Amino acid sequence: MAMAAAASAAATVGAKPSFSSHATHALLISRLRHGLSFPKHISSSCPTLASRSAPKHLPLRRPPRATAAPAETAPATFHGPCYVLGDNIDTDQIIPAEYLTLVPSKPDEYEKLGSYALVGLPSAAYTTPFVGPGATRTRFPVIIAGANFGCGSSREHAPVALGAAGARAVVAESYARIFFRNSVATGEVYPVESEGVGLWKECTTGDIVTVELGENLLVNHTTGKEYKLKPIGDAGPVIDAGGIFAYARKTGMIASPSN
Amino acid sequence: MASPLMASCSSIFGAKSGSSFASCFSPSIRAHSLRKHALNKVLAVMAPARSPRSPSSTGSVKHAMTMTEKILARASEKSHPEPGENIWVNVDVLMTHDICGPGTIGIFKKEFGQNAKVWDREKIVIIPDHYIFTSDERANRNVDILRDFCLEQNIKYFYDIKDLGDFRANPDYKGVCHIALAQEGHCRPGEVLLGTDSHTCTAGAFGQFATGIGNTDAGFVMGTGKILLKVPPTLRFILDGEMPNYLLAKDLILQIIGEITVAGATYKSMEFVGSTIEGLNMEERMTLCNMVVEAGGKNGVVPADETTFKYLEDKTSKNFEPVYSDDNARFIQEYRIDVSKLEPLVAKPHSPDNRALARECKDVKIDRVYIGSCTGGKTEDFFAAAKVFLASGKKVKVPTFLVPATQKVWMDIYSLLVPGSGGKTCSQIFEEAGCDVPASPSCGACLGGPHDTYARMNEPQVCVSTTNRNFPGRMGHREGQIYLASPYTAAASALTGYVADPRDFLL
Repeated sequence: MAMAAAASAAATVGAKPSFSSHATHALLISRLRHGLSFPKHISSSCPTLASRSAPKHLPLRRPPRATAAPAETAPATFHGPCYVLGDNIDTDQIIPAEYLTLVPSKPDEYEKLGSYALVGLPSAAYTTPFVGPGATRTRFPVIIAGANFGCGSSREHAPVALGAAGARAVVAESYARIFFRNSVATGEVYPVESEGVGLWKECTTGDIVTVELGENLLVNHTTGKEYKLKPIGDAGPVIDAGGIFAYARKTGMIASPSN
Repeated sequence: MASPLMASCSSIFGAKSGSSFASCFSPSIRAHSLRKHALNKVLAVMAPARSPRSPSSTGSVKHAMTMTEKILARASEKSHPEPGENIWVNVDVLMTHDICGPGTIGIFKKEFGQNAKVWDREKIVIIPDHYIFTSDERANRNVDILRDFCLEQNIKYFYDIKDLGDFRANPDYKGVCHIALAQEGHCRPGEVLLGTDSHTCTAGAFGQFATGIGNTDAGFVMGTGKILLKVPPTLRFILDGEMPNYLLAKDLILQIIGEITVAGATYKSMEFVGSTIEGLNMEERMTLCNMVVEAGGKNGVVPADETTFKYLEDKTSKNFEPVYSDDNARFIQEYRIDVSKLEPLVAKPHSPDNRALARECKDVKIDRVYIGSCTGGKTEDFFAAAKVFLASGKKVKVPTFLVPATQKVWMDIYSLLVPGSGGKTCSQIFEEAGCDVPASPSCGACLGGPHDTYARMNEPQVCVSTTNRNFPGRMGHREGQIYLASPYTAAASALTGYVADPRDFLL
C-alpha cells in the first residue's frame, strides 16, 4: 500500500529537491504512517517507543533553552516551577492576535513571540505573568492546564510562543486538535495529557514539579503528590528531534535540503 | 428549557437510525447538564471503538462510508480509510494569508531549499486579508513577503493589494479568505482544501473536506502537495422543520455548540443534513460550517445539491465529483434538531458554547455592535441586518460597525436592492439607521489585530458581534465582553442598546 501511494506521489514530488528518490519518499510515507500519530492512539500502536535509543543531539533551529534537560539523555525530564491554567485556554490568550505580525521562521521575531507568551490571560485571574516584565523568557518550564488546551485559531504562533519563551512541556487534560498537531510538527513543546482530571486544581503556580516522560509521571514536590500521565508515544521522538522535518531527516525519511 | 436536540447512538455499527426521535440514551443532554464534568472527562478526542474488520472488507466488497471518509478515500487512493487511521492525502487547494503565509514560506524555503519550487503553482491560493488597512510596518511587510513569493513562484491565484488608501483601486484584492475562496470558485464538492486558518472549515459548505493547519504542515504541503491526516469519525446533525423567519444559520450553530460544548467535536467531522439544511442558501451553509471549529471539529460538511451547483455555475469550470454519505454509513452519533422550536440565541462571554436565549439577556447593556467577518460579514448577513433596520424604521442607539468580508460583499451592499424596501440598497438603509459607513473589506476587528484596526475594541466594552469567537481579548481588549449573535440579533441589539431578540422587530 505504501508503495502504491509512493508511486503516485512520485509523479508530483519526485522533482522536489529534498525528495531525492522514489525510495526515500516511499520510506517517508510508510514510516510516517506509523510514526506520526495523535495522543490516544500512540500508546498501543508502538509499544517499543519507551525503549527508543537516546535522541542524538541535533542542531535545532530554536535557541537552546536554559531550563531544558540535556538533549543527550532520554527520555526527557523537565524540572522547575510550574505555571497553572484552567480549562479552555484558547490561542488568543496564548498569543493575542496583535502579535501575529511576528513571523515565527525569522529568528529575532521568534524570540519576540516568546516574550508575549500567555500575555492574553486576564490579569485579574492570573496575577503572576508567565513571562516577567522586560524578560524574553519564562521561569516556568512546565505549564499545567485543564481541558481543551489551545482551542481556537490554527496559529502556529501559539506553540511557538510557548516554546520560544522556554516552556518545554504542557500537561493538560486534553488538547484542541490543531494546537496538538502544531506542537508536534514544530517540536516546540511536549503536549502531554494527564490520566486523571482536576490536576490543575491541585497545583499552584510556582509549585516545583518534575515531568518524567519516561515514567509518564508528574511529581509536584511542593505538595508531595504524584500524577500519572498518558504516554506521549510516537509524538515524543518527533518533538525530541525538533519537529516533523527534523525528525524525518534524522531518521532518513527525507534528504537534507539542497541549497 | 426542553432541549430540541436529541441524540442517537444506534448507528455506530452501521445500523441505520430509525425515524423515531427516541434515543437509546441522550449523551447530549447529559453532556449539557454536566458540562464541566464532561469537559474534564469524556469529551476527549479518541476515535470510537470499532468492531474488527471483517475479512471481506479488504476485497472488493463495497463499504458504507460517510461523505468525509469518501472524500479522503479518493484523495488518498485508498478504498476504505477507517476513522482513526492516519493516511496520506493529496491536496487539491492550499490557501494561506498574510498572518501565516510568511511563516509558511519561511518553512518551505528552509526545508526544501531557497530555490525550491512549490508543488503546483495553480493549486496554491494566497489571500492577504487579516491586517491590511493598518500602518503597522510589520503587517505591511508581511503582505510584501507574500507578493515577492507569488512573483518568484508565479503563483496563479494571488489576490494582491498595493494601494491601502482605497481598496477599490485594487481590483485583484478580495478580502476575507474563506469568503473569497468561495466567490472566486476555489471551493468545489469532493475536493480537499487546506488552509493556514482554523476557519478554513467554512468550505465544507460545498461538500468538500476543508480544515485548518499550521505553518509547518502548510510548508510541507507547499513542497509536496500531500499531508498526513487522521480520518475523523463523523457526528451527524439532522436539522428538520421550517426555519422561523427570525432565525439564521448562526442560531443553528450556536445551538449545536451550546449542546456539545467547545470540545464536543474535537478530532471529529460534523455533517449537517435534513430539510432545514436543504433550504439554506450557500452563505448560510458557510456560516454553519464556519463555526464547527468552535466545537473543536476537524471539518464540517453539507452535502452538495442543486443550491450548490447553481452557486458554482458561473464560478468554476473545473470538473468536480460530489460524494454523499451512504445510507448505512457509520456515524458515531446522530443529533436531531427540530428547528421550528428554536429561538434566537447568543453565546455569552467568554466562550462560544456559553449559550443563552437572546431574550434572557435583554438586561445586558451594550456599548457597540459589530457586523462582519467570515462568519457574519457576507452579503446575506448584511441583508439580514438591513431587514431588521428597515422593519424598525428607527436609529441605532450604539455605534454599529459594518465590515464587509470581501470587495464583492461591499459592492453588493452598495448596489443590490433590499426586497420590500421600495428600492433601497443596504448602504442606504444602514445610513438611515445611523450605522457607521461600511469599512474596507478585511478580517477587521474580529480578532483584534494591530491597534489602529478599524472598530478594534480598545476599551473594556460590551459588544454584540456576528463573528465567531468571544474568548477574552479576542476583539482587542482583555476585559472586553463579546456576545456572539446572528445578524438579526445584532441589528436588533443595535436598535435597543441592549442584547435584544429580533422578534421584537421582525414579527
